Amino acid sequence: MTDFINAFVLLSNFVIIPALSLGSQLALGALGVTLVFGVLRFANFAHGDLMAFGTMIAIFITWWFQSLGIGFGPLPTALLALPFAIAVTALLTIGTDRLVYRYYRRVGSAPVIFVVASVGVMFMLNGIVRIFIGPDDRRFADGERFIVHARTFRETTGLAEGLTFKLTQGITIIVAVVVTIALFWFLQRTRMGKAMRAYSDNEKLSRFSGIDPDRVVLVTWIIAASLATIAGVLYGLDRSFKPFTYFQLLLPIFAAAIVGGIGQPVGAIIGGYIVAFTEIGVTYAYRKFFIYLLPESFEPSGLAQLVATEYKFAVSFVILVLVLLVRPTGLMRGKVI
Amino acid sequence: MSYLQGLNLRGGYGGAEILHGCSIGVDRGEIAVIVGPNGAGKSTAMNALLGMLNLTEGRVELDGEDITTISTQERVKRGIAFVPQTENVFGSMTVQENLEMGAYLRRDDFTSTMDQVFELFPALVEKRRRPASELSGGQRQQVAVGRALMTNPTVLMLDEPTAGVSPIVMDELFDRIIEIKKAGIAILMVEQNARQALNIADRGFVLVTGENRHTDTGQALLADPEVRRSFLGG
Repeated sequence: MTDFINAFVLLSNFVIIPALSLGSQLALGALGVTLVFGVLRFANFAHGDLMAFGTMIAIFITWWFQSLGIGFGPLPTALLALPFAIAVTALLTIGTDRLVYRYYRRVGSAPVIFVVASVGVMFMLNGIVRIFIGPDDRRFADGERFIVHARTFRETTGLAEGLTFKLTQGITIIVAVVVTIALFWFLQRTRMGKAMRAYSDNEKLSRFSGIDPDRVVLVTWIIAASLATIAGVLYGLDRSFKPFTYFQLLLPIFAAAIVGGIGQPVGAIIGGYIVAFTEIGVTYAYRKFFIYLLPESFEPSGLAQLVATEYKFAVSFVILVLVLLVRPTGLMRGKVI
Repeated sequence: MSYLQGLNLRGGYGGAEILHGCSIGVDRGEIAVIVGPNGAGKSTAMNALLGMLNLTEGRVELDGEDITTISTQERVKRGIAFVPQTENVFGSMTVQENLEMGAYLRRDDFTSTMDQVFELFPALVEKRRRPASELSGGQRQQVAVGRALMTNPTVLMLDEPTAGVSPIVMDELFDRIIEIKKAGIAILMVEQNARQALNIADRGFVLVTGENRHTDTGQALLADPEVRRSFLGG
């Protein structure tokens, strides 16, 4: 029995908790991508760098707060900076829409033109972030580090395995749940949210209903900026902030959005967790886990690791390719890109 | 002078001219029907009244006011509702949400209008929480008309509302349209089913190649031997 509990604690510590936390971050990112796709009808390649931009602003504000001696008690100061970072990032998305995308909307460009334009925006943001904060790895989490510490867990339970539950992981999961509920409430219950769904469903008919397309586009960008900043700050708190890593996040985020069915918010969330659990699940070395569960004679001789950690990006890629081959609409029957 | 009228409309969607000076009008509490062969510019004439066409000549007037240059959205605000022929519902949204979207511009309490719509189309009551895409063709059409009515319009335009529905559903829909007309709304329809449509029409416009060929009451057009021979199949 103890072996069984130890195995479960081990798995929670190294797979379940990290995957829940990564999954929440990817889900928030994928929600932003899927929303932009649903309403503006293009795959926004700049979303990863938008996350980086929002996080950068949050870091600057955090530093400023820290220099003023403003803290958030046991919670990271970055959470306090988050609303301001969202506001700045929203101004950025609205600005890029005015300067770039609005023109293509007006001339009625094909979606692929928007995608290429978004690649341009991606490179711009890439550069801006590197000019202001540099390409280095930065940690900006302060406050308490753990909710549950491995040693205290071992001491209190008497188990051989320790369980670590970082504060940032807890914050990530809670914030993701709250943000998701708020977003769904907005889309399902409010006048503007319904107008966004209507616009996404049938643009022409929404115009005949008197829905103002400019308003819908504006609100979509504000929400996309909020989701990107929140996802980026949570990821950065949980791990660290490095502009290049955020660019790389684009792949698992797109995989999550497409697995779930692009344009479908519920799908984005499911997709986020699928990608995270697969990525962490197949790159984890299960040797110790099996040692607990199996009789001695069956003990694995190797690491019992399916894929080396270096290949974790390949995991998202394989999921993406498989979904596009087998079920291009994704789980929730979204649109086909 | 009609409540809504297009006079000497000339224009097209950019390239070729489709309307060569046709005139169309409808009064409140009246049904006007545009019929004619394929490619006669029936839907184009309707689009011209909606402001979705580049007019090179002619005027559009609503209640005596020139609205030729104002945008489609502004016309919607002024009381012109439109039911397109296809994709005329928000498929992923529930029946009730479709109706709410129709009332998007309204800041007043629209529950009484919604009750009226459900009174007009009782079949929709039990489907109000179902996505519109799951309804039958006839019911979808009812949702489409209902959405348009939610704007509280003075003019209701319908582009081939009976396309692809069974004759029974068509009769039913025409009955409902007569009821809507009695509420004092001006109704303008483009119809393939010319005979049935003219039957309920107070005014009929027979368009051929973007020009008015015959204009009269629906009954008179049905009785006209030439109209019968050329457009109603005898």
